[in-house]
Amino acid sequence: MNGAEVSIEVRGLVSYYGTRKVLKGIDLSVLDGEIMVIMGGSGSGKSTLLNHLLGLLSPAEGSVRLLGRDLARLTPMEMLDLRRHIGVAFQSGALFSSLSVAENIMLPLREHSDLDRKTMEIIARLKLEVVSLAGFGDLMPAELSGGMIKRAALARAIVMDPKLLFCDEPSAGLDPVVSSSIDELILRLRDAMGMTTVVVTHDLDSAFKIADRICVLDDGEIIALGSKDEIRASSNERVQNLLNRRSEEVTLDTDAYLRRLLGES
Amino acid sequence: MRSGYLHLAERLGRATVSGLDEMGFAAHLLGKSLYWLVLGRRRRQPVRLDSVVAQAFEIGVLAIPILTVLTFTIGVMLAIQGIYMLKTFGAESRVTTGISLSLVREFSSLITGILVAGRSGSALAARLGTMTINQEIDALTVMGIDPVRFLVVPPLLAMLVMVPALTLWSHLVSLFGAGLYVSAQLDISMGAFAQQVLDALRLADLAHGLSKSAIFAVLITLVGVVNGAAVTGGAEGVGRMTTRSVVQAISAIVVTDMIFAFMVTR
Repeated sequence: MNGAEVSIEVRGLVSYYGTRKVLKGIDLSVLDGEIMVIMGGSGSGKSTLLNHLLGLLSPAEGSVRLLGRDLARLTPMEMLDLRRHIGVAFQSGALFSSLSVAENIMLPLREHSDLDRKTMEIIARLKLEVVSLAGFGDLMPAELSGGMIKRAALARAIVMDPKLLFCDEPSAGLDPVVSSSIDELILRLRDAMGMTTVVVTHDLDSAFKIADRICVLDDGEIIALGSKDEIRASSNERVQNLLNRRSEEVTLDTDAYLRRLLGES
Repeated sequence: MRSGYLHLAERLGRATVSGLDEMGFAAHLLGKSLYWLVLGRRRRQPVRLDSVVAQAFEIGVLAIPILTVLTFTIGVMLAIQGIYMLKTFGAESRVTTGISLSLVREFSSLITGILVAGRSGSALAARLGTMTINQEIDALTVMGIDPVRFLVVPPLLAMLVMVPALTLWSHLVSLFGAGLYVSAQLDISMGAFAQQVLDALRLADLAHGLSKSAIFAVLITLVGVVNGAAVTGGAEGVGRMTTRSVVQAISAIVVTDMIFAFMVTR
């Protein structure tokens, strides 16, 4: 990653929720093409940070720059233009329940391009194939499983071939097997499309599987930032507490899980 | 006792600020809707006609059966009451004038507004509320699709077309209902009744009812959107704000109707 350009730059970001300081001066740079995982426990401020990165919140102090552009200085029309280069897969999927899966995926194309319907359908079909949902385009979101909703949300997020991809808790609420497959999909998408990817998660296994670098948040501050090995080797007690929680709370052993599911000893 | 008054004053103050905040938001929505309506195409983000048509079908066409039943009944009811009361003075032959003016200037637009508020205003609040808690509004925003252009302008336009159209339909159906009763009771033909209606009404009476219905259309949409956007707390929150939306929209319609009548008749 040395010498790579910075796609996302956060400087001195401070955010309040009411009178409570939720982010206490965040400095973070995400390099072009890397997968940055923002990790932390509940209430650590990771969702607030994501909302700032998406331009859904305005900083009380500091700045957020995406693709070299300071979000606070953009006009609404410039912001709309920038958003065409951003793909987001929300935790709930946020698929529009009144539209079919294919129509959901075609929506950004319909709104931002002059393509005819036939071409949009072909693109949607291709994106569905990329996320292993070929043939599911005519279904309504309510007919999909949790894992399929996440995949469809990813397909919609990448339909405009964005430069930046944000994933909010991509493995939340999924069983370990499906969660693992979503992780692999995120890796595959980055390798195939070269997008800068930011993943917000509290799932440690997922984080260590997909990250190039990890940013650990706690109580609104970055307490560790670095490669997977650097995070594992961190001497920070709060980081170690967070990492050790894994052995207490979650054990990802796909083979064991499958054996248990199949009723084998 | 003193703290009780202070508590009451605080609650009143908070409610006032909250109400003003909502009115400000509604005005902002209206301004932004006009912006997208006028400049959307130039910004390469036009308001989709197919969305407007779909909303118009939902708001207008699907409301016709229930509106027909309601307004027909009200027409007959007014005729019954009118003949009953005017009989006392031996003036039942004048009933058509009273019925025509009441229906065209007041009742048709009022009943249509209340029906659309209960039917489509609540649906709009529930839909937007569900979208809010499912992060669908955030999804639109980050996709570079302005939620006001995508979700507010189509129902606003559809309401502006369909509420006056439904009001016109209400005029016809309620007058037809009244005409059936009057012609049977007073032994006059439907043609004669229609002629009496035309003699009684001026174009200004029709404009009075229709212009009110256009105001109701804007009120119903804005109240629905403001309440839908304010949903918090999951399904329970959606139910609460949907109910609030219906109550507020109907109250706004009735109060606006009174103010409108007061202003126009002075």
